[in-house]
Amino acid sequence: MRQVRTLDRVVIRFAGDSGDGMQLTGDRFTAESASFGNDISTLPNFPAEIRAPQGTLPGVSSFQLHFANFDIVTPGDRPDVLVAMNPAALKANVADLARGGLIVVDTADFTRRNLARVNYESNPLEDGSLEDYQVVALDLTGLTMGAVAEFGLGRRDSSRAKNMFALGLLSWLYSRPEEGTLRFLSQKFADKPAIRDANMAAFKAGVAYGETTETFAVRYEVAPAPMPKGEYRQISGNLATAYGLMVGAEKAGLTLFLGTYPITPASDILHELSRRKAHGVLTFQAEDEISAVGAALGASFAGALGVTSTSGPGMALKAETIGLGVMTELPLVVVDVQRAGPSTGMPTKTEQADLLQVMYGRNGESPVAVLAAQSPSDCFDTAVEAVRIAVTYRTPVVMLSDGYLGNGAEPWRIPDLASIPEIDPGFATEPNSTDHNGDPIFLPYLRDPETGARPWAIPGTKGLEHRIGGIEKSAGTGNVSYVPGNHEAMVKARQAKIDNIPVADVVVDDPSGEAKLLVVGWGSSYGPITAAVRRVRAAGRKVAQVHVRSINPLPANLGEVLRGYDKVLVPEMNLGQFTMILRARYLVDAECWSRVRGLPISLSELADDLVTRIDRLEGDASSDTADNLDTPDQEDAQ
Amino acid sequence: MTAQTQPTSGLAGVPLSLEPLTRKDFTSDQEVRWCPGCGDYAILAAFQGLMPELGIQRENTVIISGIGCASRFPYYVDSYGMHSIHGRAPSIATGVAITRPDLAVWVVTGDGDALSIGGNHLIHALRRNVNITILLFNNRIYGLTKGQYSPTSELGKVTKSTPFGSVDVPFNPISLALGAEASFVARSVDSDRHHLSGVLRAAIEHRGAALVEIYQNCPIFNDGAFDNLKGPEAAQSLIPLEHGQPVLFGVDQEFGIVRGADGELTTAKVADVGLDAVVVHDAHRPDPSLAFQLSRLTDTGVLRQSPVGIFRDVERPSYDDEARQQVETARATVTGPDALQRLVTGHDTWTVR
Repeated sequence: MRQVRTLDRVVIRFAGDSGDGMQLTGDRFTAESASFGNDISTLPNFPAEIRAPQGTLPGVSSFQLHFANFDIVTPGDRPDVLVAMNPAALKANVADLARGGLIVVDTADFTRRNLARVNYESNPLEDGSLEDYQVVALDLTGLTMGAVAEFGLGRRDSSRAKNMFALGLLSWLYSRPEEGTLRFLSQKFADKPAIRDANMAAFKAGVAYGETTETFAVRYEVAPAPMPKGEYRQISGNLATAYGLMVGAEKAGLTLFLGTYPITPASDILHELSRRKAHGVLTFQAEDEISAVGAALGASFAGALGVTSTSGPGMALKAETIGLGVMTELPLVVVDVQRAGPSTGMPTKTEQADLLQVMYGRNGESPVAVLAAQSPSDCFDTAVEAVRIAVTYRTPVVMLSDGYLGNGAEPWRIPDLASIPEIDPGFATEPNSTDHNGDPIFLPYLRDPETGARPWAIPGTKGLEHRIGGIEKSAGTGNVSYVPGNHEAMVKARQAKIDNIPVADVVVDDPSGEAKLLVVGWGSSYGPITAAVRRVRAAGRKVAQVHVRSINPLPANLGEVLRGYDKVLVPEMNLGQFTMILRARYLVDAECWSRVRGLPISLSELADDLVTRIDRLEGDASSDTADNLDTPDQEDAQ
Repeated sequence: MTAQTQPTSGLAGVPLSLEPLTRKDFTSDQEVRWCPGCGDYAILAAFQGLMPELGIQRENTVIISGIGCASRFPYYVDSYGMHSIHGRAPSIATGVAITRPDLAVWVVTGDGDALSIGGNHLIHALRRNVNITILLFNNRIYGLTKGQYSPTSELGKVTKSTPFGSVDVPFNPISLALGAEASFVARSVDSDRHHLSGVLRAAIEHRGAALVEIYQNCPIFNDGAFDNLKGPEAAQSLIPLEHGQPVLFGVDQEFGIVRGADGELTTAKVADVGLDAVVVHDAHRPDPSLAFQLSRLTDTGVLRQSPVGIFRDVERPSYDDEARQQVETARATVTGPDALQRLVTGHDTWTVR
């Protein structure tokens, strides 16, 4: 038997050409790890081009996976293991690898020509440039071709199974269960028997290669993480969003209507919901972003739950129609899966820079509710909550996700849907007032005293016929009004409706109660901030953390919490948009910790900086320095 | 194509009214505020006269409009309505129509609203064949913004925004709709209530998207734009299209539309060519080429000649029927109250004990 070493956590990055099947390989390793009981967090990284020229740096696609025997919150800053399928993949990723890390590399493409294509002057496998790493160089392609020779596939189809060989090898190395992947392959290629058999054979050959050769002196185990009891599955943010919208609609007893236009990285929500016709979901791929949200608003007017999904450029185009939703006071859920901007920006890269657009990017005083999901699985709860607010308060609600959350995956304790409260659409069915003669009449803009919401009377309801629109409404009757006092009253009523939506208080995480520095986050920075805070505490520093889910309205206790600390730091993937809101709203000296690189915030960078700041605040820079934090096994540990 | 036969009437799913309705039932309490003499009054009157005749429930009538003078229309009709934003009415109506087969959905728009800012939505609504009826009030000018040229204004038109004359070539809305694969395309004139009512009825009873262009006079900013098509001139200038009938016009039907040597449609004296040479209008022709040719008989500059009536009326599956059918077919495959729980749970789960 080989020696088996136990690890707490491992970060693996699979990297190859965009046609090498790296996303699939990463997905499968993730599924194996999740079903084994590890906690997981993933970061897919796609090239911008669909198929950039083979073997070039722009064509490199990668998938990073962090798995551990404890509760983790990020996909990890630095991989411990890099699987590189060609020179370009090696070149593009090796700088990120932790020193001493393992590189498994396919040598098949390391020809002089391919090396030159990515500006390698000499072969890095031979010139000593990788001596800080453990390098396992194998002809993965050749080994795969040998393993699948009996299935009579052409050269191309044979070599394409090399990702499964790599997966098998890594599965063996980290003692992953194998049945799930074999079952997956047999189902995925059920109608292509030769390809199915070749992929399964390549996977098994990878496992056998690890088992029988002396390439690896040890194999590793990462024990299951202690997680709350329950049934789990793996879920990505976009899938969780789609499910949350479906569950929200069902809880409200409404037909879910998605009007949308394809846009990266939000399209997977459309793809998922368009498959769910059996659950009564209607999807409409419109001619543009404007029509998509228009149709959604029309569906809401007609009594369905209108939803639209998009990313930053689409948000810009939808702004006018969202304003119409504010004016007509109809339910509307807008999902913004943010990406790097401005303009087209970097569609496949993540960012949090749509916040001010979503809050203020419409003409006039045009308040909408804004919620931000904090993790892939949290997209589910956030979507259900967005539906609840939209339906209850008759208002557009923007749900902010981002590319990192949308494509990233994590384990999710499957909710018992029966435990989620119902949502009452409270359709108006009868007149709600009387005229001067005492006859019953319907006032479409008579507000509910508790919620401030107007009645939702849908076409087909006898006696409640009425007209709405984008022109200012007279309170009560909803007739066109240019009366100055009425306009001001309506502007204030629309604002008050949003301001008064009940929102849970923020929960301050400050175990010692003595921290001077408070870190405030929103959205997908939750993972990196939480990991950084853990690391800072492990290094003996005191730091407090709050994470805000409801951006509009803000939690009632937030101002008081902010004022309770000497220093407030706001890590954001923008130049300080939430910071600006906090400073304006609460007159606190909040400072932005900004990173705008199209990547999730680096937890080690943040942790190092937090320690420096805390030490300065505490006036004691002589204790442990930030350098002491780089103990890999301490990363993320509670 | 789906297995089930889809309804063929535009009003198939709309419940009928138990008691007879009158014009008054479709008149709201809002004071009509178009300029005196505006063609919109006549269109509103024709509409309010037609609605009770359709026999459907008032509360199942929805009118969606955009922005422009015409788009105030919903306020004056006591049904459900939305005066939305510029150019987007077809999109909003699409959402209504897909989710509610029990509603009669009208779109009221103008030449600026439908053809300029909303051009994209118009052509796609027509292409998809959503079950909506679009009334395009064409006055060949921007009225609400006080007199700029529109996408149907004639070349050379002098307006506030084109003091040296417009250098913009106009759209022919009928040609545009036919090019967009519209299954029902018609034209009428504000002042001919009988003709307009007939066209509107045919349009709402058509299953799928129907476009009706209505020549509408703007007495303030483009007065007289259609004078050549009205009054005593009309017999000479309006070319009435009737399905199955030879295309004839003139005081004594002395003119006919015939196919020239090069295949183009031209006008000829019936006495010269004989009745058999006159093109017989076939609105149900699957191929839209002839309808397109007829649409080209419209003057592009000052209007002196224009065909009116139904250019095209063909059966084609409507988008919303097909979309709902897909859902209904799929729904039959899923059973049990826990279907959604099973979906959310998925197949690849593990249990932590």
